[in-house]
Amino acid sequence: MKYFKYLVLGTLFGIILTKSEVISWFRIQEMFRFQAFHMYGVIGSAIVVGMVSIQLIKRNRLKSIDGEEITLADKKFNHGIWIGGFIFGLGWAITGACPGPLFAQLGSGVGAAAVMIVAALAGTWTYSALREKLPY
Amino acid sequence: MLELLQKPWPWYVAGPLIGLTVPALLLIGNKALGISSSLRHVCAACVPAGIPFLTYNWRAEIWNLVFVLGVALGGFIGYRVMGHPDVVGISPETMHDLKTQLHLTDFSGLLPRELFSIDNLANWKGWFFLVFGGFLVGFGTRYAGGCTSGHAISGLSNLQWVSLVAVIGFFAGGLLMTWVVYPKLF
Repeated sequence: MKYFKYLVLGTLFGIILTKSEVISWFRIQEMFRFQAFHMYGVIGSAIVVGMVSIQLIKRNRLKSIDGEEITLADKKFNHGIWIGGFIFGLGWAITGACPGPLFAQLGSGVGAAAVMIVAALAGTWTYSALREKLPY
Repeated sequence: MLELLQKPWPWYVAGPLIGLTVPALLLIGNKALGISSSLRHVCAACVPAGIPFLTYNWRAEIWNLVFVLGVALGGFIGYRVMGHPDVVGISPETMHDLKTQLHLTDFSGLLPRELFSIDNLANWKGWFFLVFGGFLVGFGTRYAGGCTSGHAISGLSNLQWVSLVAVIGFFAGGLLMTWVVYPKLF
């Protein structure tokens, strides 16, 4: 039962992704072709609200509901950040989906999403196996 | 109210709600939003194969898998239960481009069936769009240490310049595929 709250929040997150159509391949094409503000509005306003929220949490030293100190690890730079980011970007334009939307698509009944998820798992596994040989 | 829930939500409703997911996860469990990690946890749980990067206590990350299960459930509720339009309301310019450059004719559903049906695995299109595309998403996100949720939303919200580099990478790849590779493919 300790995981139930994550199921609820994940479900809400999935509903938002679906209702705003960001899980649609068509919307991602529209974004990469700069033909509508929709995706930029979604991502941009999400960042602004997230930023303000994190600042409020940090400044007020808010604790989680379990009384834990809230900590956010800093991300460290390596060359994988942009090389991997570029590779993911190619895939994002092909599948029209980042990982979250892939799962939401599957739930919405898109059978092809199952194939893409298995392929994404194969990609993650291959990265893991080759990790030491890749440039950073 | 009911009608509002049924129709697609505008960016100024959906975006802030997505943004609120970041503090919500921190407050309910001190967790950072990030979806692509779930792919690693599944690999670690199912096929670790002695790979160091897949040998860790994935059970401590079960919350992430439960969250992702919720995302799929949300896809079902948001699309099947709450309803959806037959055609995603993309701009006329995009529709025109997709008709002329990619020769698409069917604009119903979330993804073009002409490219994303499982039957397509019998030809190059299915392998390119489903298998190769999915592979790049899984490989690239882990190499970059995050996807749109972990870097663009969670990372930029926390003012991480590294995440900005990642997001520039995402867009460089996406623009190259859309503007340079797509026109050569079709």
